[in-house]
Amino acid sequence: MIQIENLVKLYGEKTALEGISFKVGEGEIVGFLGPNGAGKSTTMNILTGYLSATAGTVKVGGIDVFEFPDEAKKKIGFLPEQPPLYNDMKVSEYLNFVYEIKKCKLNRKKHLAEIMQVTKIHDVSDRIIGNLSKGYRQRVGIAQALVGNPPVIIFDEPTVGLDPKQIIEIRNLIRNLGKNHTVILSSHILSEIQSVCNRVVIINEGRIIADEMTSNITKVANDSREYIVKICAPQREAASALRSLNGIVFVEATGERDADSYTFRIRSEAGVDIRKPLFYLLAEKGWPLVGLEAAGMNLEDVFVRIMDADAKASSKSKKA
Amino acid sequence: MFAVFKKELRSYFTNPLGYVFCAVYLAVSGFILGITTLYSGTVDVSGFFQVMIFASGILVPIITMKSFAEERRSKTEQLLMTAPISVTSLVIAKFAASYVLFAGTVLVGCVYFLPLTMFGTMNGAVTLGCIISMLLVGMCFTAAGIFVSTLTDNTVTAAVGTIALLGVMVAASLFNGIINFYPIRQALSWISVYGRYINFTYGIFDFSAVLYYVSLTVVFLFLAVRVHDRRRWA
Repeated sequence: MIQIENLVKLYGEKTALEGISFKVGEGEIVGFLGPNGAGKSTTMNILTGYLSATAGTVKVGGIDVFEFPDEAKKKIGFLPEQPPLYNDMKVSEYLNFVYEIKKCKLNRKKHLAEIMQVTKIHDVSDRIIGNLSKGYRQRVGIAQALVGNPPVIIFDEPTVGLDPKQIIEIRNLIRNLGKNHTVILSSHILSEIQSVCNRVVIINEGRIIADEMTSNITKVANDSREYIVKICAPQREAASALRSLNGIVFVEATGERDADSYTFRIRSEAGVDIRKPLFYLLAEKGWPLVGLEAAGMNLEDVFVRIMDADAKASSKSKKA
Repeated sequence: MFAVFKKELRSYFTNPLGYVFCAVYLAVSGFILGITTLYSGTVDVSGFFQVMIFASGILVPIITMKSFAEERRSKTEQLLMTAPISVTSLVIAKFAASYVLFAGTVLVGCVYFLPLTMFGTMNGAVTLGCIISMLLVGMCFTAAGIFVSTLTDNTVTAAVGTIALLGVMVAASLFNGIINFYPIRQALSWISVYGRYINFTYGIFDFSAVLYYVSLTVVFLFLAVRVHDRRRWA
């Protein structure tokens, strides 16, 4: 559905995209992940025809975005980082305006009513957009992207600034949209991508550093070697006992303390499951274990790990 | 394109801006008309329009300052640019909306001439010529304002910039009187919007002036399209 090949974007001297390529198939929900300034928004803006590229090609549904912009734009619904709303319009007026500028040829009344149902804004359709709450504004922004029923929908950080309940609602909405649309979603909230997308493209400093199924990345995440342990024992003795364990590479007291227990962060060597030896050690010493949890079970750590690995690799290649 | 035009025109009346422009224009023109005709004991309105051209240099920016600057500031530009409409039709639609407001107000303001007919016979050719030239000059001014509005995302900057640009265009001919060097005089009178206007005040329909105003308008709109387009490539 979407083909991006060797996309390069320079802002003057600054390189925003260093030649990225990826494909998105029909019906996929792809998460676009990266820290601020990585090039997520730039890529999305190019994809939607808002910005031009310095080099490379972008095709949406087989249509080149640069050669036939009007045709390509009809295939895309876009929610930018900040929803493009006119504060002095009513919700219904706004959607009618969007319907007109997108040159849609559907049954207008029915189509807009459907969109307002799906995004749950039908009860505010007569209100002025400027008076709506942030959550409603975001949903009006999503409604705007759905006008014309485009096969591809692109969301740039759709849940930023919403409260947890609204975030869950919007995620559910996006998941439902994924059933009959191709969706690209950018975010730096990684659990969001984990819960919504089936594929993740990770981008950093204008380059793609990972392109994986979400399940694969989660598997990497679960292969954690770091644990947070909470032990009822004198702090110093406990720390030195932990260090003496076979296969431990790192022990650190986190400084957290409640009543008579202390918390430590420990890391083992690769391929060693430290949990059993830890249990026997504590049992032998007679120190009750009151807490044990794996640290780094989420995509955040995977993300940081992949980025670190990438940074190391690139610094090595620079030295060479 | 029509959708954008409609939205723009509508926004003048959902915001105070359109009303402010109409009110200020009508108040100023009423005052100036009183001074240039009733107080001077004449029914010739050419003097009135001469002053109104200067006043327009300050009033037109009120309606053009927001057109692109505000879209950029509020990020709604992204909606327009990702919709299947060309930059050219966008600029034309915005220009048309601003100009319709301007021209409409000028024409409504002509109602003021009715009481004058009680004091004497107005010269039809002169009056009509003056109205046409006012509309033509306003067209240039509006296009210039739209162009300046594409340069910035701050409406105040756009307004001040437009006033400065229009000031130069209007004032160029005033320097004509003090500069004796022929080529400079010639150059100044060429860029002067005001100088071209004089023939109309004699009731002469100056076709070259019409062509001048229309081409200047096209130049400004073309520049607006280029500036707006260029930003995509920056």
